[in-house]
Amino acid sequence: MSGHNSKLFINARIIDPAVDYDQIGSLLVTGSQIAAYGETLEAPKDAEIIDCGGRILCPGFIDMRAHAVDPIAAPAGGITTVILQPDQNTMIETDAVVERIRRRAEDGASNRVYPMGTATQGMKGAQIAEIGQMQQSGAVGFTDCTKAVASAQVMRRLLEYAGYFDALIVQYPEEASLADSGVAHEGETATRLGLAGIPAAAEAIQIERDARLAQLTNSRIHFSMISSAEGVDAVRSAKKHGIKVTCSTAPHYLILNDNALEGYRTFAKVMPPLREETDRLALITGIADGTIDTLVSDHDPKSEDVKRLPFAQAAHGIIGFETLLPLALAPVHAGKFDLITMLRALTSAPAHLLGLNTGSLAAGAPADIVIFDLEKPWRISVEKLLSSAKNTPFDSLPVQGQVWRTLVDGNVLFEGGS
Amino acid sequence: MSKHSTSKVPYPRADVDPPSGSLFPHKHLLGIWNLDPTAIKFLLDTADKYADQNRQAKKSTPTCAGLTQINLFFENSTRTLMSFEIAGKRLGMDTISMATGSSSIKKGETLLDTAATLNAMHPDVLVMRHADSGAVKLLAEKMDCAVINAGDGRAEHPTQALLDALTIRRRKGRIHGQTIVISGDIAHSRVARSNIYLLNAMGARVRLVAPPTLLPKDVDRLGVEVFHRMDEGLEGADVVMMLRLQQERMKGAFLPSLREYYRFWGLTREKLATAKDDVLVMHPGPMNRGVEIASDVADDIDRSGIEEQVEMGVAVRMACLDILTRGLRGEAST
Repeated sequence: MSGHNSKLFINARIIDPAVDYDQIGSLLVTGSQIAAYGETLEAPKDAEIIDCGGRILCPGFIDMRAHAVDPIAAPAGGITTVILQPDQNTMIETDAVVERIRRRAEDGASNRVYPMGTATQGMKGAQIAEIGQMQQSGAVGFTDCTKAVASAQVMRRLLEYAGYFDALIVQYPEEASLADSGVAHEGETATRLGLAGIPAAAEAIQIERDARLAQLTNSRIHFSMISSAEGVDAVRSAKKHGIKVTCSTAPHYLILNDNALEGYRTFAKVMPPLREETDRLALITGIADGTIDTLVSDHDPKSEDVKRLPFAQAAHGIIGFETLLPLALAPVHAGKFDLITMLRALTSAPAHLLGLNTGSLAAGAPADIVIFDLEKPWRISVEKLLSSAKNTPFDSLPVQGQVWRTLVDGNVLFEGGS
Repeated sequence: MSKHSTSKVPYPRADVDPPSGSLFPHKHLLGIWNLDPTAIKFLLDTADKYADQNRQAKKSTPTCAGLTQINLFFENSTRTLMSFEIAGKRLGMDTISMATGSSSIKKGETLLDTAATLNAMHPDVLVMRHADSGAVKLLAEKMDCAVINAGDGRAEHPTQALLDALTIRRRKGRIHGQTIVISGDIAHSRVARSNIYLLNAMGARVRLVAPPTLLPKDVDRLGVEVFHRMDEGLEGADVVMMLRLQQERMKGAFLPSLREYYRFWGLTREKLATAKDDVLVMHPGPMNRGVEIASDVADDIDRSGIEEQVEMGVAVRMACLDILTRGLRGEAST
C-alpha cells in the first residue's frame, strides 16, 4: 500500500501504555490503521512524513464520562472517543436512541461517540433498563449518571442481569439519603459559607454496599467520579478482596479542593463536590498506586444562565475536554505519578473496561492518535476554548502540556499551534 | 467535643487605627466575615449615638433626606423588615418595601434580572433578604448602590450580629474578654455565624452549646469552643444567646421532640445557675417560649436583654444606612 494514504510520524516519543512501551521512534499509519511503530521504520517512499519534534505520541484519549458530544472541543483536548452519558435531552434508555446517536457519530468525520444507556428505566432506580437491546445497538455501559441506584435489591438484580451480557454497570457512588439536598462537601468551608453539606462517608457507604453486591453476584462494577479519601480506601479494600471493582475520577478533583467555593463561585460547583485537601492528595495517591483506573473529563457545558444563580440553585458541572490533558499532567510534572500511569488511565484502561478496539498503538488498531507537547507552558483562557459553553473554574490558570495533533482513523481532526 | 484554647490578643484590636485612614472601607455590608475590628467598632460607635437619639421625642433627622432605600425581602420577616423601614425613615430616606408575594421572582425572573431592574430605578441603598446563602453577594455584584445583607440562607445576618454586640457592649461595658455562649440550632443559623465572626473579631471567648445534630461539621475550626451539655457550656458565662428552633427540625430527624429538646437544651433558671450571676440573656426573636427558653428567664428584667436587642436593631440599621451613604453625601467615613 502506498500513496498519501500513508503517514509516517518521525522523531516522536512513542508511548503505548497497553504494553508499557516508551521510546523515541517512528509510527506508520496506513489508511485508517496503525501499521507499525519502532525505533527505525521502513516507510513507503511517498508516505507523508510528519516530524513530531520530540513530542509525545500516544493512543487518542477515551473519555469515559461526558455529558455532551461537543465535536469541536473533544479533538482539541486530544480526545478521540467520547462516552456520552445518558442524561441527554432525550434520555438514552432505549435501543432506538442508542442507534440514533451511533449513526449520527459515524456519519461525519468526527471523533468516535459511544453512548452509555441508563441502568434503570428513567433513572428512577426501580426497574432495570433494556440493557441487552441497548448493548446490541452499541451502548458500551449502563449508568444512572448522577444518581446512585439506591435499592440494594434492584442493584443486585441489575448486576446479575448485566453479568449475562457482560455489560459494564457504572454506579455514581453517593448514598442519596445522606447526601440529601447537599451542594458542597460537608466541612469547614460549607459550614462557613452556610451551604448544605454532603459528607464524604456518603461515597464510601455506597461503594462498600455495592462492592458486597458485586461479590454476591460475582459481577464487575465501575464507580464513576471518586472524590474522597474514604472512597479511595473503599475501592482499594474491595480490590484487595478480589472483588471486580474499578473506578474513575476527574482531573478537577486532583487540582482543586473546596477552597475553590470561596465567594460562592458556582463554576466550582460539581457533583460530587470538591472535597478537602487530604481528599485531593488521597486521589493522587489512588492514581499512583492503581486504585483509580481511569480519568474522565465529566465534560458538562452549562450556560451562564444556569450558573449565575445563588449557589444552591445553580447548575453543577464544568467543561473538561480541553483541560483534561493539562490538568491531568499537573501531578505528573509535580512528580506525583508517572506519565505512563496517567496515559494508561486515559487510553488502555478505559478501552479494556468498555471492550473497545482503540486505546493502543498495536498494529491493525484504528489510527486514533494524539500527539502532544509535554512541557509547553500556556494559560487556560475561556475566550480561546472551543467548548460550547465556558463554565470552567480554571480560567487564567497557568498549565503545562498542550495537544499538537489529534487523529481519528488516520484523519487529522485537530491541529494545534506550531 | 473540641476544647482547644482560644487564645486572644492581649489588647482590643478595635482600638488600633486602620492604616488606610478610612474606618469603613466597604461599599456594601454583606457579612461580618470580611470586616476588621476597627470597622465593627466604628459601626457600633455610630449606632450608640443613634440609640440615644432614638430615646428622645424627636427621633428623625434629615441626614439622608432625598435618598431612596429599597427593602427587598425574598423571605418572610416582619421584625427585621420593620426595623429597616423605621431606620430609613428616621434618617429621612424614602423607603420602599417589597416582599416575595408582590415580586416577579415568582414569575420565574432570575435574581440578576431583578437586580438589573431595581438598579435602573437608581436606589441608593438596597436591603435584601434571601433564602439562599450567597444570594445577596451575587445581587450586589450587579448593583451600583450600596447593598445591605438582611440575612442570606444560613450564611450571614450582619445587622443582627451588630445589634447583639451593641446590646452586650452597653450592658457589659465591653465585648473583649467576655465569655459568650451561643446555644441552639447553630447548623441552620445565619445569626450564629455572623455572631461567631463578630465576637471573635472583637476578642470575646465564644462557646457553642447544641445537640450534635444541630452543630455543623468542623465548626470548631471557626475559633469557638464546642459543648453539648448546657451546664458545662454555661459555666462562668457572661452572656448567653439563645437561637430560635425551627419547628420543622423535627421532620429532618434532627431531634426527637420539642419536649425533649426543652429538657436538655431549653434555657431554664436551673441551667443558668452555673453562669455568672449577672449573666445577660439574649434571643434574636421570635421566641418559642417553653422550647428554647423558659418564660421566667426571658422575662427576667435584670438579666434579659431581649427587648433592648430590638431597640438596638433600629439604631444599628440607622448606623449602617448612614455609613454606607456617606460617600454619596460627600462625607468621609472617619
